[in-house]
Amino acid sequence: MAPSSSKGYGYLYQYTNCRILRDGKIFREDLWVRDGRIMNPEVLFFVERVNADQRIDCGNLIIAPGLIDVQINGGYGYDFSTESQVEEGIKKVSQAVLSRGVTSFCPTVITSAPHAYKQILPKIKKRNGSKEGAGILGVHVEGPFIERERRGAHPSQLIRDYDKGFKDVLEVYGDLSNVAMVTLAPEKQKTPEVIQEFCKRGIVVSVGHSNANLIQGEEAVRSGARFITHLFNAMLPFHHRDPHLVGLLTSDQLPQNRKVFYGLISDGIHTHPAALRIAHRVHPEGIVLVTDAIQATFLPDGTYPFGEQTIVVKGKHSYLKDTNTLAGSLASLDDCVRLFAKETGCGPELALQAASLHPAQMLGIADKKGTLDFHSDADFIMLDDELNVKATFIAGECVYRA
Amino acid sequence: MRLVIQDTYDDVSLWAAKYVKRRILDFNPSQDKFFTLGLPTGNTPIGMYRKLVEFFKDGSLSFKYVKTFNMDEYVDRISFMWNNFFKHIDIDPQNAHILDGNAKDLIAECNAFEEKITAAGGIRLFIGGIGPDGHIAFNEPGSSLVSRTRVKSLAQETILANARFFDNDLSQVPTQALTVGVGTVMDADEVMILITGAHKAFALHKAIEEGVSHMWTVSAFQQHPRTIFLCDEPATNELRVRTVKYFKGLMELHNKMLEEAT
Repeated sequence: MAPSSSKGYGYLYQYTNCRILRDGKIFREDLWVRDGRIMNPEVLFFVERVNADQRIDCGNLIIAPGLIDVQINGGYGYDFSTESQVEEGIKKVSQAVLSRGVTSFCPTVITSAPHAYKQILPKIKKRNGSKEGAGILGVHVEGPFIERERRGAHPSQLIRDYDKGFKDVLEVYGDLSNVAMVTLAPEKQKTPEVIQEFCKRGIVVSVGHSNANLIQGEEAVRSGARFITHLFNAMLPFHHRDPHLVGLLTSDQLPQNRKVFYGLISDGIHTHPAALRIAHRVHPEGIVLVTDAIQATFLPDGTYPFGEQTIVVKGKHSYLKDTNTLAGSLASLDDCVRLFAKETGCGPELALQAASLHPAQMLGIADKKGTLDFHSDADFIMLDDELNVKATFIAGECVYRA
Repeated sequence: MRLVIQDTYDDVSLWAAKYVKRRILDFNPSQDKFFTLGLPTGNTPIGMYRKLVEFFKDGSLSFKYVKTFNMDEYVDRISFMWNNFFKHIDIDPQNAHILDGNAKDLIAECNAFEEKITAAGGIRLFIGGIGPDGHIAFNEPGSSLVSRTRVKSLAQETILANARFFDNDLSQVPTQALTVGVGTVMDADEVMILITGAHKAFALHKAIEEGVSHMWTVSAFQQHPRTIFLCDEPATNELRVRTVKYFKGLMELHNKMLEEAT
């Protein structure tokens, strides 16, 4: 017997007595990991002719790809949109989400002033995950190019248009190199050219916080948009003569082979279970579960002054003080996965893929993240049959154990 | 030649696995003495592999000191062997030999395979299956009965059947395969050929009730001193009643081969 490391290769782990999620199915299979990547055991056996250096008994748990949250605003009292809190916030939150099975995420910066973007964005660098915290795939800039009437908790006075096209965009954000995705309202003037320019730079465009009708939504998708930010929230509701952005899920006016993904906050509060079921029934491959978690996440009940706003936290709910406006969710992504599986009856495969494969596909990184395919990064989680996270691994290294 | 007739496919699978186990245990392989086994792919041997895996899992059989040589190489053979057998057992990857169809020099690859068999001391037990046209490994009708391991051009029928692995795109289907020769298998100490299902009945008839012919390459094993044809009832459909009765009468003797030597 020749263990991998004895033949000049890296240390080879064989996770055994487990079921793995691959190609949309959960089945009994070992997972082979070396040098932070998922390995093809047939190549190891027939070509390299090596054995595992270490076999790890997983106690019959499910192994699934690590979860990816593309919309998370902060936590532990820290807000990624507040200059002074960004660095500490990223540190704390990226560490905290490991126990929730999140192996990479897009810190989300809501509508801010131009000078604030220039302070905040350079501080949120893309990085690989580790014991220190989940990986950062790039910032999700949500706003300021959104519709005032659909602003939700975004500060009204900072909302803008891009009447001069991408020039305005650059003036507001400054350097875009740390940005992975942007949410904008597609009904604005110059939207097609702005979207095309974002796409050219490899930044995913999402439509949301918007009054757009379906035609405007379709035009945005034809220009390159591929995501809908928290479907049903902060947009006009479905209407049978104009289904608005919700109609993108069943539109026949989109380019062939273009899949539209959409975020769903399945925290049981922001999206009614019946709405989750509607979305699931009509367009299951597009679902991307997001938390949209705010800075009050992981904090006890109370009233918290956050910048110019005051947020009341009560149980799983958070409101802007003295209003009925939801301030964002307090959910964790693993909670969302469990709730989505329960409410839609979609099965664990899709619920897990909606928080791993789908966000990776949406971001165009599914060759490395969001799957247990061979050669992918070994970012994975172990779960029991109720989908409780028992362990989290990044690049093959255990970063959390329950 | 022996003909072992079992009622069903499952009985054939169990008998075959028990026989393999018996031969390995009797050989008592060790660090300096490996048991060498020739192996087939295809639907027929899947049940036998499953039983062998069960024997491994219940601790009654180990493959630690077993070397295996696969009969042929084509399309999905590697995945087949991995998923049905190797990943479940304790065989050392160094000891599982399969022809490499992607080798740069295919002829050299075939010659090296023969050399590896010789270096391992020859094959103790070669297990084979056959096609409805009586071919063993990829020795299709007309193959030389003294052939060695080589590159073989496939019959159009085989190519068409394999198009399903390539999105039905015929241009993508390999037209050649690597295979051991009839002579390679003939050199084994013992040969066991599994034949199940009514669609193989005519081939079994041709294999054992008529003369040796290169049009039914498996018939060559009539001339092998230790060959077992192992079949289920449906595969006997084309045999003479006398043949079936004769061999069924010998079953007690055949079953003794599964017992521990005393």
